[in-house]
Amino acid sequence: MSTGTTDVIDLLAGIEPGSPLHAIRDQRPQARENAQKSYLALFEPEVPGNVTALERFAVATFVAGLHRQAAVSDFYAASLRKIAPSIADAVIAEVTRGATRGPYGSYPEGPLSVENKDGLIYRVPAESAALFGPRLTAAFEHAHLLVFHPRDASPEALQKLLDAGWSTTDIVTLSQLVSFLAFQIRVIAGLSTLASTSTAIVASSKKPFTGALASGHI
Amino acid sequence: MTESTLTYPDNREPTVFTQEELGWQPWLEPYPADQLTERHWAGLVDASRAKSPYFLLLARDPDILQARTKTDKDIFYNTSSGLSRAERELAATATSRHNGCIFCASVHSRFATQYSKRGEDVQRLLDDGIGVDIDNRWNAIIAASVALTETPSAFGEKHIDDLRQVGLDDAEIVDVINGAAFFNWANRLMLSIGEPTPPKH
Repeated sequence: MSTGTTDVIDLLAGIEPGSPLHAIRDQRPQARENAQKSYLALFEPEVPGNVTALERFAVATFVAGLHRQAAVSDFYAASLRKIAPSIADAVIAEVTRGATRGPYGSYPEGPLSVENKDGLIYRVPAESAALFGPRLTAAFEHAHLLVFHPRDASPEALQKLLDAGWSTTDIVTLSQLVSFLAFQIRVIAGLSTLASTSTAIVASSKKPFTGALASGHI
Repeated sequence: MTESTLTYPDNREPTVFTQEELGWQPWLEPYPADQLTERHWAGLVDASRAKSPYFLLLARDPDILQARTKTDKDIFYNTSSGLSRAERELAATATSRHNGCIFCASVHSRFATQYSKRGEDVQRLLDDGIGVDIDNRWNAIIAASVALTETPSAFGEKHIDDLRQVGLDDAEIVDVINGAAFFNWANRLMLSIGEPTPPKH
């Protein structure tokens, strides 16, 4: 699949050119263009650095799977299968092991400690770790922390990445990749829900779909 | 080259959500300011950001930083249409409150207060948390932002119905979605590569 020209958010949220939501997204042209450029910077980088395509798509497949949105998971898994079919099934198995609900985690000790919430501390089991190697194993454990309980983050968590062979710059890339996905996946979730309700309104003719465009805000 | 983490045993991390101005310090070595190339400057977007250890650390991967910054600015600062600045900042604050990012919540609650002139209502969101009852419109924006912040997302048609009920059109709903989604990006970075420091009095 060529993603250089396909807007990934439109593709995965089912937003067609000419649709009302397509027009609404056009009102934030920089946000639209740069959400796509963010995807490209992370998944088709001009300057890849030390983080391999396999690592990028394996972490993305894991992170998308944890968010349980089939369209997004399938999208990243399809790329991973092209690069490394041998590990794709193992990544999907780790999604099942890592599945939980967030956000949880602890605050610095004080008045907010009453809001501390326990949750899964995910560790890659030995069998998968042997397949993934130390770098990807550490990346998956850190990605799970960022997805579900980012307020538990610590210098110790970053030290584990450094010890597994991630450089400081690699960690910045990995952190951006996981955090970007937390954004992209939510935009897709929100817009696809909105698209489905807008279609429902048009279909039942309760209201012609001119609402946003006729509201005088444009 | 420093390939170890930076730690601050003497820091007294803020322990409450506040609208005061907090500091922030990185757990990894920022890119050296005196070695910034053209590509790094492009990544920083605004030259003034070269003074920030947060942005200098992110400048280690300049292309994604540049795209992220431009996404951020359009979602929050493009007021040619859509939701008010105040309510975009409310979405950012509610998201940060739910994820537990004390630093992000401090910055964006100040913006929410500045644009809405409703500092006491904003403070109640910080003090009482995401279940706070402010008014129908703000409650709907907070609830939608929080639902989208859950992992997996709990955002559904009910949230869209509630937002429409309190008067938001679809373009404004997209601003809520974008604002909350973006802070799920920002919170994770801010929380995981450094820590806040107390307000300077």
